[in-house]
Amino acid sequence: MSIAGRTAIVGVGSTPYYKRGRSAPQTLPELVCKAIIAAVEDAGLSMTDIDGFASYSGGFDTPYLMETLGIPEVRFTSMLTGSGGGSAGAVGLASAAIVAGLADVVVVIGGVQQALQRFGSVTQSYESLPENAWYEAAGLVGPGHMFALLARRHMHRYGTTREHFAEVAISTRLNAMSHPDALIRKPLTREDYFAAPMLSDPLCLFDFCLESDGAIAVIVTSIERARDLRRKPVVVRGCTQGGEAGWGRSLYWMNMPEDQFLTSGNRSVARDLWRQTGLQPSDIDVAQIYDHFTPMVIAQLEDFGFCGPGEGGPFVASGAIRFDGGSLPVNTDGGQLSGGYIWGMSHIREGVAQIRGDAANQVSGARLALVTGGPSSIPMSALVLGD
Amino acid sequence: MAAIAQFPAESLFTLCTDAWTQPWWDAAREHRLTAPCCEDCGRFRMPPTPFCPHCRSQRLRWPTLSGRGTLFSYTVVTRAVIPAMENCIPYVPALVDLDDAPGARLTTAIVGVPIDAIAIGAAVTVVFEDRSDGVVVPRFTLATA
Ligand SMILES: [Zn+2]
Repeated sequence: MSIAGRTAIVGVGSTPYYKRGRSAPQTLPELVCKAIIAAVEDAGLSMTDIDGFASYSGGFDTPYLMETLGIPEVRFTSMLTGSGGGSAGAVGLASAAIVAGLADVVVVIGGVQQALQRFGSVTQSYESLPENAWYEAAGLVGPGHMFALLARRHMHRYGTTREHFAEVAISTRLNAMSHPDALIRKPLTREDYFAAPMLSDPLCLFDFCLESDGAIAVIVTSIERARDLRRKPVVVRGCTQGGEAGWGRSLYWMNMPEDQFLTSGNRSVARDLWRQTGLQPSDIDVAQIYDHFTPMVIAQLEDFGFCGPGEGGPFVASGAIRFDGGSLPVNTDGGQLSGGYIWGMSHIREGVAQIRGDAANQVSGARLALVTGGPSSIPMSALVLGD
Repeated sequence: MAAIAQFPAESLFTLCTDAWTQPWWDAAREHRLTAPCCEDCGRFRMPPTPFCPHCRSQRLRWPTLSGRGTLFSYTVVTRAVIPAMENCIPYVPALVDLDDAPGARLTTAIVGVPIDAIAIGAAVTVVFEDRSDGVVVPRFTLATA
């Protein structure tokens, strides 16, 4: 039994994206509730239809959400381990529950509010653990410091350059400029990119995603029920999660064998995704690639097979990921680099918009959209949405 | 005049150990660099964990290493994201493959050398940072410096 093609996303709800701290005085659960209310409305369902919750990255307090939203009963409430790598995979978790008959209408939720703790220094909020002493002692305070170590090795081994990182940043910004919900819509030139301050060499300001607040919810139900609802069903063609031990705790570990150190940790997830869906990379019309850092977009393009290992830099330099004329438009909503960082959920939202055909930057005739989660500690995850 | 790689601020790190990591830090206090080596299959790992991932053995030995290594990757931190970083930038978090402990890669920092002289593949050698709280942290410098 496979989950492929058995469920659909029938509703999406989002709060505005806020610059870090600007969502106050709303609380994070309040933002999540607003997203759920909007998703239920979008689907044409009622709040009392929800009987399942799926999340990731620590999740939210299901009984609190039931209490405040008046959801009478749940039959399924589960979460992927790990962090942002599980975002796309939470849709698969919802699908698995529905296909197994454990729930009928599952809401997938994700949200972030950085007023109390910036992600840029997130390790300062972690409890000191014996196994983390080495990266703490090294002064690796935020994910950017850690991913810079991966990026530099990729440059050394494959000849990837800052020009390639710049192309990811610029291509993504161009998409943000024509998307009404994107937080940063100023033009970004190559000159701007190279004039920006280095934060953690080889990563400069524009290689980092935004620090933002917001929440997004998507509603998943069976393909049969989806056909009776008011929005065009967006079919979950497949969804996979996991990772190899050689990637493991990845940036908190750094002992990956070199062939895995150079990846985004998504190789096994990609292999399983193509196997589960019967699709191949050339079938994908548009991709929402988890873009917390520009080099990780390049590594994921390699892992998912849009180009060979080490070829991600030249691939993006060819214009392949541009909305305008690219063979694989990537992060058509401005991504997390320029649109808003909602811990991966914005990528699902945009994947749905592309398949519904009502995206702000609509890829003409898009029928299959890839959405990825991670790179981070296991799990990474990936999702194919289709019409 | 190229900037010199600083020591990451002491306040960024408070040592926390368990029975498996304590011997590594004890060795550092004696200015010895070590890495856990499985007593049964002879393979190294870092950080120290309760089981050998190759054979599940819990038996370890802690050989004194030469302190020589090869720089696998590094970054140059040039922006303080928290106040504790303000007086130590630029500093250079680094990954070092230990020459005589194959399979063990140390997350550490390169210190005391011109940043322009640092490159992946460089031969590096350990130096010990004696902190005010009594903790000793192995750092690395360029072997030619
Ligand atoms: Zn062993």
